[in-house]
Amino acid sequence: MIVEFGHFALVLALAVAVVQMLVPMWGAYRRNAALMAVAEPAAMIQFVLVAASFAALTYAFVTSDFSLVLVVQNSHTLKPMLYKISGVWGNHEGSLLLWALILALFGACAAWFGGNLPPTLKARVIAVQGSIGVAFLAFMLFTSNPFLRLAVPPLDGQDLNPLLQDPGLAFHPPFLYLGYVGLSMAFSFAVAALIEGRVDAAWGRWVRPWTLAAWIFLTIGIALGSWWAYYELGWGGFWFWDPVENASFMPWLLAAALLHSAIVVEKRESLKAWTILLAIMAFGFSLIGTFIVRSGVITSVHSFANDPERGVFILMILGVFMGGALTLFAFRAGSMEAKGLFAMVSRESALVANNLLLSVAAFVVFIGTIWPLLAELFFDRKLSVGEPFFNAAFSPFAVGLAVILPIGAMMPWKRGELVRGMRPLIPAMLLAFSVGALVWAMQTGRTALGPVGVALGIWVVLGAAIDLWSRTGRGPVAGRIARLARLPRADWGKVTAHAGMGITVFAVCAMLAWKTEDIRIVQEGASFPLGPYEVTLASVEEVQGPNYLSTQATMVVRRNGALVATLTPEKRFYPVQAMPTTEAAIDYGFLRDIYLVIGDPQANGGYAVRSYIEPFANWLWGGCLIMAFGGFLSLTDRRYRVAAGASRRTAAVPAE
Amino acid sequence: MTRFLLVLMMVLAPLSPAFAVQPGEVLADPGLEARARAISRDLRCPVCQGESIDDSNAPISRDLRLVVRERIMAGDTDAQVIDFVVSRYGEFVLFNPKPEGANLILWLAGPGVLLLGGLGAFLYIRRRGQAAAPVEALTADEQARLRELMKK
Repeated sequence: MIVEFGHFALVLALAVAVVQMLVPMWGAYRRNAALMAVAEPAAMIQFVLVAASFAALTYAFVTSDFSLVLVVQNSHTLKPMLYKISGVWGNHEGSLLLWALILALFGACAAWFGGNLPPTLKARVIAVQGSIGVAFLAFMLFTSNPFLRLAVPPLDGQDLNPLLQDPGLAFHPPFLYLGYVGLSMAFSFAVAALIEGRVDAAWGRWVRPWTLAAWIFLTIGIALGSWWAYYELGWGGFWFWDPVENASFMPWLLAAALLHSAIVVEKRESLKAWTILLAIMAFGFSLIGTFIVRSGVITSVHSFANDPERGVFILMILGVFMGGALTLFAFRAGSMEAKGLFAMVSRESALVANNLLLSVAAFVVFIGTIWPLLAELFFDRKLSVGEPFFNAAFSPFAVGLAVILPIGAMMPWKRGELVRGMRPLIPAMLLAFSVGALVWAMQTGRTALGPVGVALGIWVVLGAAIDLWSRTGRGPVAGRIARLARLPRADWGKVTAHAGMGITVFAVCAMLAWKTEDIRIVQEGASFPLGPYEVTLASVEEVQGPNYLSTQATMVVRRNGALVATLTPEKRFYPVQAMPTTEAAIDYGFLRDIYLVIGDPQANGGYAVRSYIEPFANWLWGGCLIMAFGGFLSLTDRRYRVAAGASRRTAAVPAE
Repeated sequence: MTRFLLVLMMVLAPLSPAFAVQPGEVLADPGLEARARAISRDLRCPVCQGESIDDSNAPISRDLRLVVRERIMAGDTDAQVIDFVVSRYGEFVLFNPKPEGANLILWLAGPGVLLLGGLGAFLYIRRRGQAAAPVEALTADEQARLRELMKK
């Protein structure tokens, strides 16, 4: 009954979305307030209906309703409750429902928080958002319906893929989707502004918080996925340049570019057409990512069950939305005249450079991802593009961004001087160089990656600190410290996010350059050295988990005889899916992780053991979280809470 | 990082996270072993979905790892080892496509777009800058208004 209710709610949501798409758009065209007013209730009702549908599916998973095909394929009665719930989005159909839910949520948010938008713009934004909802709800109902029933329900389900039964991965997709789908708001604003034919500073201010929110979620989602890959896959890697990873990374890069160019629109009324184009492309890459993951055109370790029909449907969605938006852009972009003027050396130019590097970097990732497909189509060559290509082709952009970041961040608007602008940064530059050189001298015969990472990290983090300090103006130190606390949240957000980026860059370089690896056969009771540590394989025993069997080793890590940690790496076997997984045991430390993996028993006794020292691993996820927190600080800035139009009204009042 | 839609799928290709390089395969000479590891990270497992032979635990990857080590022990250079494997399994196993023929498009696309984009950005900024040069004088009305404001 509840399942039918959910199914029905989904169909109803599609109908409401059609209304939401058509009526306000027509109303905005006719300047009819009554028709435009349909937008708000429609967006909210659509959200409530999709939420009800999602709740019904969750209920089916929680109660293990095996009359649903989806539950049979992805759940099991013995599975822990957390994974019964996360199993809802651990498959194609359910994840699509989550996608539609978040889409509707953003539409409803536009209705709730859009009070200060001009009525026609608001109606159009919600209508465009509704049209995306129509596309995805139709896609779901016609090709991927999660509510299909079985005539004869089996006694138990087939369980969720064991790799997915993990807390890190339970929350990874919702965050990622909040990011992907959040970019639909930037898209809706861009298309609405194109229809409206007007892009001004206020538009920049409205679109920025949505982009910022999407970017924050995307950052956290990607970091969660990376962290999961690090501890779960058992070789300590954190990024594999897999097509599906790239699919999330490209929108992230473009969202980061969009965040920065929207500042130029907001503060200086320049780069309007470019910002609109970025907003369209950022969401476009979200759709391309969906296509890559769900069509099976590009082989990836984690593509869904492939279905050409679905691929064609997504390609149609992609074609309609990108084709439509870009055509509109071609007609209207010329009319968006830039107002602000600026010199070659200025904050504006620095942000243009930032945008250039970020978007070309996204393009490089894109061409690397689809090149195997293009090469096969046009040149009849079956080839692969992987980590070495991306490392070589992408890294220069990351380095370039880190190098210009502190300089650009402190550059004045309109017109600056390169030499004068860099003067406050000289200490950061000197320290970065000398520490980098010191590290280079200390580590003989290794790659330059480590020292470069150290230098870039110091440069960016210290540069951010100097940026913040310079915002406090001049005068005695005590006064400046007092002013520090009163700086706008946006300033704090900016330097926090930049510092987080510096930390992340450093951590990536450190982990790639200084990792220690050891592979050997260890007898029970024997010890072996690992860097400065001594590791003992104390015992190995069989353990029964809730829905798995485990071979659990107890390993003791000592340093100079003193106990550092007792770790229990496991090798699990999930009988329902007949699949082994490796549970690495990690001693998380501030400067290093000790990462132990137990492998197969050997013929001559003993076990294969892999051990790693991962330097600065926590700094990587920490850096991402700091970046996201910086975005959050910026989002709470007062100017987004005060109505954009309000400041103009107060400014018009005479000063007396 | 995002083994992201893993969540959603992985119905195919159980990416089994067990062992890749086995203790028995490791070469005694750490220098040669390091070369073998570097080479095998650039070679794709022919039957897996995007893993290198260094990460994969498929039997064919093990065979390939052993082949790589055999060639190294036989005195091949890194390029010779890679050519040897490519001659048997095709360029599909190369994670690092050779910059030749059509692959030049792949390798030059990034720098090319960067150059074009950089040129476009330069021209755009120069136009914005030139427009900035003439400072418009205040009109008579504005002068009067300014004097009025200054008096207050």
